[in-house]
Amino acid sequence: MARSNIWGLKKLGAKVTVCGPPTLIPRDIEKLGVAVSYDLDTAIQDQDVLNILRIQLERQQGAFFPSIREYAAEYGISQERMKKAKKDVIIMHPGPINRGVELSSEVADGPHSVILEQVTNGVAVRMAVLFHTTMVER
Amino acid sequence: MKLIIKNGHLVDPKNNLDESMDILVENGKVAKVGKKISATGVNEIDAKGKIVCPGLIDVHVHLRQPGYEYKETIETGLRAAVKGGFTGVCPMPNTNPIADSRSDMEFMIGEARRLSLINLWPVGAVTLKEEGKELTEFGELKKGGAVALSDDGRPVSDSNILRRALEYAKKFDLVIMVHCQDEGLFCGGCMNEGFVSTCLGLPGIPSESESVEVARDIQLADLTGGRLHFCHISSRRSLELIRHAKSKGSRVTAETCPHYFHLTDESVLNYNTNAKMNPPLRTKEDVDEVKRSLKDGTVDVISTDHAPHAESEKETEFDKAPFGIIGLETSLPLSLKLVEEKILPLKELVRKMSLKPAEILKIDRGHLSEGAVADITVFDPNLEWVVEKDKLESKSKNSPFLGWKMRGRATDVLVAGRHVLVDGKIV
Repeated sequence: MARSNIWGLKKLGAKVTVCGPPTLIPRDIEKLGVAVSYDLDTAIQDQDVLNILRIQLERQQGAFFPSIREYAAEYGISQERMKKAKKDVIIMHPGPINRGVELSSEVADGPHSVILEQVTNGVAVRMAVLFHTTMVER
Repeated sequence: MKLIIKNGHLVDPKNNLDESMDILVENGKVAKVGKKISATGVNEIDAKGKIVCPGLIDVHVHLRQPGYEYKETIETGLRAAVKGGFTGVCPMPNTNPIADSRSDMEFMIGEARRLSLINLWPVGAVTLKEEGKELTEFGELKKGGAVALSDDGRPVSDSNILRRALEYAKKFDLVIMVHCQDEGLFCGGCMNEGFVSTCLGLPGIPSESESVEVARDIQLADLTGGRLHFCHISSRRSLELIRHAKSKGSRVTAETCPHYFHLTDESVLNYNTNAKMNPPLRTKEDVDEVKRSLKDGTVDVISTDHAPHAESEKETEFDKAPFGIIGLETSLPLSLKLVEEKILPLKELVRKMSLKPAEILKIDRGHLSEGAVADITVFDPNLEWVVEKDKLESKSKNSPFLGWKMRGRATDVLVAGRHVLVDGKIV
């Protein structure tokens, strides 16, 4: 999911930073023209948009991170962490949300969140894409 | 039965020959090698414009019988081999059941004998059922005809088991052929870990999965004094380790396969399952190192790791598809490219495809000395052809080279003097 976001966002001219634990950052991802950060508290400060991806809880096998608690502490967007972000930052998430893990309920349901609009737009975009790619010229 | 191969260019590394020579074959043996031999009452092969060399030997193939006959049988596999110019192949034991006993060796040899095509020199498993826990009866396997031991398809993960295997094998002078794979690092990967796997979103296998075990296995070879052969080496780091080990006198040999010096992980783009094998295709740096290692002798032997899989099995999501590609019928032209690219002189290529395999297996082949068994390959280095799915002898068609234009093809093969490939056709 990160990859398609990266391609789309960069195509439209956005500056993209990928942030997560070192174990989950794909190999050579900088070659796609993105910045990489392991520290959310620093990275969060300059972003206009925080696009949060769902953490697959099964990834705890394979030693990608030791526990959900630690992941949430280091990389979860909480009300507390939001204090470090820009005043007009927006919060996006493709869903489904692991509430309390990568995103807290207060932030997900709070004033910065555009998640519901995002998901609604997503349905319309998919419809348009399917229409345009399968339409046959008569 | 008398036969003469005339007008060909003979390449025989053991006897240091690389010139126009005729060969007279009688009673299954090389009777005479010389310039312009005249003989009466003999069948003649006109090898004008062709190379004549000791029969090619592939030390690493999968013939799938018993158990997976829908992918390949000993018959279809040996037919593919003879079409590819080989006079002998070594099938790996990861059949079903695993070939871990004397009768398994005898069965495969018996089948090959019945077919009367080319030599089948079987490889017996190192451990029972290739489970990596208990050693097989090396003595019995050898009596059954095994020329080497391997748990190919899997690594021998328990270092102590591999250590004991190397020690025990000394008694029977059998080489242990290792498939290097650190299971932890392999971690469910399905292609090389790198930029391409990141772009495709597929779980990757870092090359360290191979080199970490190469490092271990070198030390076990040194510890035990046993003979160890590295199967299908694909990565730069592994080759650097092997080069260093050899310079220090370690008793190790190494093989690579044509796909590791022709293709990179970019062949997987578009999720091409015919480019999926284990170890996987890697980066350009690895390909360059493979070529360098062929040139400087770090790699001793070219094999194919011929691994047939049915089309239906390969026509699935990339990470679900089985690992492996066929290779017997494309190995020669792909390897000849090394000569064209001036990486290897022809004599050295022939050494890596016939003499060195025979030396590693400790069988008396790979040379055309007078009195030697007449296993001979005749090939036209300039013959151009296209790899067509329906024309392949192999039952399976899983090759990344389908549709490629190839240059070089075997036209005649003799096995113990029997003319089994006649002008490109299997007798």
